[in-house]
Amino acid sequence: MTRAVAVGDPLGPLVVPLSRADLVRYAGASGDFNPIHYDEAFARGVGLPDVIAHGMLTMGVAARALTDWAGDPGAVVSYGVRFVRPVVVPAGAAVAVSVAGTVTAVDAGAGTASVDLTVSVDGQKVLGAARAVVRLR
Amino acid sequence: MPLNRDFVGREYPADAAYEVSTEVIRQFAQALGETNPACYDAAAAAALGYPGVVAPPTFLTVLSHRFAQASPLVDPQLGLDYSLVVHGEQRFEAHRPVVAGDVLSATSRVADVRAAGRNEMITLVTEVADSQGARVATLTATLVSRGTATGERS
Repeated sequence: MTRAVAVGDPLGPLVVPLSRADLVRYAGASGDFNPIHYDEAFARGVGLPDVIAHGMLTMGVAARALTDWAGDPGAVVSYGVRFVRPVVVPAGAAVAVSVAGTVTAVDAGAGTASVDLTVSVDGQKVLGAARAVVRLR
Repeated sequence: MPLNRDFVGREYPADAAYEVSTEVIRQFAQALGETNPACYDAAAAAALGYPGVVAPPTFLTVLSHRFAQASPLVDPQLGLDYSLVVHGEQRFEAHRPVVAGDVLSATSRVADVRAAGRNEMITLVTEVADSQGARVATLTATLVSRGTATGERS
């Protein structure tokens, strides 16, 4: 039995604060220790404005809108994004990542829904073409 | 230096299996602020029909770092300077959810290397399979090597 889901149904919204501490925690959990994600001098040295969040951290926190909505962290069948703008995380502050989604299609036969996510910081998109297919229970 | 185009089509199998534990899933879920109890608690996962705690959708990114030394990205002949790399695109296709207890293998293939203005784009496709050889997921990563298309740094 598939739950009632319709095109246009909203996911979220969700606001996720990211600080330097969150980047370090994610570095440890993911194994991605690229210094652009924690070392300001290094980041500037390679032409970035400051330390930036791991793209995969932004993608990962945005997926919470999917898993919250599905009620099941294993329900995401596919998920893809483009990293269109870095999430710059200055020292001593938290950056607010805003996530909202919409159901764009429902495949009753397959028991899945297609979802578009909008992921932004200060009103500017940081992920582009953020789309997922979620299995409905 | 431009990247070595001869790498397109090369396959790099990981040199070991990745054993997915309850704790690595918990740590990864916690780092994302994931709140679903099925990421943390085996009983909550069992209530959803899973044999162990369930990994968040982007969890398999840990494999690319765990097996970084077996990746084409670190092969000096590719000519990639990792400090110039940013992530361009990422896609996950889950053939089934990843749960604690899975023993996974990964094989990465360089699908494409191309110039895009001053930058270069390298696309890696990683197939993840379980200990029975069944497909678990397909990961497609496009990385941007900034300013290397012309041989000059940006």
